[in-house]
Amino acid sequence: MTRNEIREAVMSILRDIAPDEDISDLNDEIAFREQMELDSMDFLDIVMELRRRYGVNIPEEEYTELASMAKTVNYLEPKMVDIPFEK
Amino acid sequence: MHDRIVITGIGLTSPNGNTLADFRDALLSGKSGIQDYDIRYFGKTHAGVCNYDPLKYQSRKEIRRGTRAGSIAIYCAHEALADAGIDWSATDKSRVGVYVGTTEHGNVETENEIYLISQHNYDTSVWSHHHNPRTVANNPAGEITLNLKISGPHYCLGAACAAGNAGLIQGLQMLRLGECDLAIAGGVSESIHTFGIFAAFHNQGALAKHEDSTKASRPLDKNRNGIVVSEGGCLFTLERLRDAKARGARIYAEVVGYAINSDASDFVLPNPDRQADCIRLALKKAGIQPSDVDIVNLHATGTASGDAQECKALREVFVDCPNTYFNATKGFIGHAMGAAGALELAGNIPAFEDGLCHPVMNVDELDEACTLPNLVIGEPAKLDSVQYILNTSFGMLGINSVVIVKKYAD
Repeated sequence: MTRNEIREAVMSILRDIAPDEDISDLNDEIAFREQMELDSMDFLDIVMELRRRYGVNIPEEEYTELASMAKTVNYLEPKMVDIPFEK
Repeated sequence: MHDRIVITGIGLTSPNGNTLADFRDALLSGKSGIQDYDIRYFGKTHAGVCNYDPLKYQSRKEIRRGTRAGSIAIYCAHEALADAGIDWSATDKSRVGVYVGTTEHGNVETENEIYLISQHNYDTSVWSHHHNPRTVANNPAGEITLNLKISGPHYCLGAACAAGNAGLIQGLQMLRLGECDLAIAGGVSESIHTFGIFAAFHNQGALAKHEDSTKASRPLDKNRNGIVVSEGGCLFTLERLRDAKARGARIYAEVVGYAINSDASDFVLPNPDRQADCIRLALKKAGIQPSDVDIVNLHATGTASGDAQECKALREVFVDCPNTYFNATKGFIGHAMGAAGALELAGNIPAFEDGLCHPVMNVDELDEACTLPNLVIGEPAKLDSVQYILNTSFGMLGINSVVIVKKYAD
């Protein structure tokens, strides 16, 4: 997956987690939780869906790497570079 | 002297109606709520499916996080409060109690998760972290409190197919104990979303089958062959009479008698002696004779032995009752499990106003073992006056429940 594809994969997960919110203007540099209604159980859904959809396992001590979209893509890039993108 | 407890609001969703008015109309006009249904692993069968709009009272996120039972419960609670004309913004939410009867809860979500991990080589690391809040036994009642910001007590009552009545009875008791000032009480069921209930009834020889789904649920009919499983919900707002009068509430009925007892005899087979005991106990609490009851709504699920045994119990209690009429609801909507008792009672409450006893449905040839005097078959029966309605609901493990409501009079 390219960086853009990884971003779209994460966006798809976020749209499922926050189906009532319009996140098309998400700012990649600002924390998700400052732009969206995400509680801790929602946040765990991001981790869970990355595992279910792409087999990416994220250790708990690295959850902080998923704070914003920019950080998330940076963190996921080496883990997902060889995974094909599925829309 | 106990506080008098009255029903002031009714919120429901049934396979043939999402309001009391529509549900009542369906019962009077013979409209079935049963349709063809297909469920994972089990395949084609019949079921009663509700088509209320979940988005009326929930966000998409709430629906995603919660359960179908919770969604049904939230819909019914909102509808009941609106129907009761309660000024919600002025209501002390810490004095509202939520008591929801369920036949079972958590099977749907557990089956879904097991199916999901089966697609991941049974790797439990993909098992949802939402599983526990979805499957705790208080889930449907708890979802109501989250949605409506109710901070009073809430819990569910596990009472098999007597659960709808059990929820109502619990609400009444908590009002009398002073534990709350407004009770949201009744029952819900989402059981059609678990294949297990269909497979288990089928393997027990108790699941209905018919080429026409609308004719599959046929309690009391000679050719009945089992239960049609349905989803649904019905919650009442219950208040002390003095509170209801103080706010000028419209009063549907007064709950004057109730009883719950146990067969103590078998896991699944009913016991007509204990059922008769339960009915007599409720009549005694109401301080009335069997002949005072105008309408008896049967549990009658459509199984061969269950219907016959219940009718035996009723014939034993209702001797020389020329003005007592009998009906049953499951021919229209199937067996709504935890919602059944409350829904079926609600469907009869308008009789206090219109004087009609709705008929049974799909009784083409009455089983001799199910004969009852004044069993209403075909068209609704017009009664001279309706003062008392008695509802029975019985469940597995031998739980029996009876509720008696009276037309309100000061």
